[in-house]
Amino acid sequence: MLVEFCKWLGGTPVSQVIQDVEWIIPVVQTIHILCLAVVLSSVAMVNARLLGVGGTRVSVAEMTQRFLPWIWWAVLLMACTGIILIAGEPPRSLRNTAFQLKMLLLATALTQTFLFQRSVRRNSVRHNRQTAAVSLALWGGVAIFGRLIAYMTPDS
Amino acid sequence: MLWIKTLARQIETTPLGTAISQSAWMFPTIETVHVIAIALVVGSIAILDLRLIGLSWTRRPVSEIADEILPWTWTAFTVAALTGALMFVSAASKYAVNPPFLIKMALMALAGLNMAVFHHVSFPRAALWDARPPAAARLAGALSLLFWIGIVACGRLIGFTIQ
Repeated sequence: MLVEFCKWLGGTPVSQVIQDVEWIIPVVQTIHILCLAVVLSSVAMVNARLLGVGGTRVSVAEMTQRFLPWIWWAVLLMACTGIILIAGEPPRSLRNTAFQLKMLLLATALTQTFLFQRSVRRNSVRHNRQTAAVSLALWGGVAIFGRLIAYMTPDS
Repeated sequence: MLWIKTLARQIETTPLGTAISQSAWMFPTIETVHVIAIALVVGSIAILDLRLIGLSWTRRPVSEIADEILPWTWTAFTVAALTGALMFVSAASKYAVNPPFLIKMALMALAGLNMAVFHHVSFPRAALWDARPPAAARLAGALSLLFWIGIVACGRLIGFTIQ
């Protein structure tokens, strides 16, 4: 079914345009990486504060207010640019183990970030160090498997 | 420019160069670390640039944010430079003639120059303007953002043009 879907998506006019216009993929990938920079750095700032190794002059609440909105907006933009990249070459990602693992880690990271944000709002943040370690591992994994998509291309 | 080609050839045939280019996993691993490191460089420097321009975190003084962030930026930059050097060594003669790579290096030099000027001209007097950066400091922030966006774009283009 996935094979059929990839074939169908790859044959749509939108996919054809992405494949034919040479500059679309590099430009979209550049935007995708710039958003990754925003996400990883924001995640690093919040988690450094939770670990107590940075930003200790401000509260966890202020750090969260400053950086979580940037994470959500950048992730939204990454979803848009990511969809364009998938549409341009569906089997490269959809049938790729690295991509599938990335999506699994991303879903977990987003859930964890959402739950963390809720606990900050309710003023009930606990287990700071464990929360930070889990968050760093999840987002790091998203970045690692994202890069590895290029190296684990499945046979068409 | 023949000496550049000779030198590049010598670099990529060193044991380190051939080890990386012949290994299946070394280049992807180095590249993954490079991408994460450069993401942290660009993202962290952007926090300071956006503050200088006056677009975010304006209730905090510039010098406080700079103190907090720049050590992390430099650490990430060191990792990015080391992994970048390893990738260069694995195929020096291809990189040495690759236009996006050369533009990327030029943009990094400009980003470095911009930062040096900021640190010697505006930053020493930061105590006087910490809450409201003057035009020169705002310009330094804007230029830094532009240079780093260009560096990321050229870095990505290397992957499409090198062969």
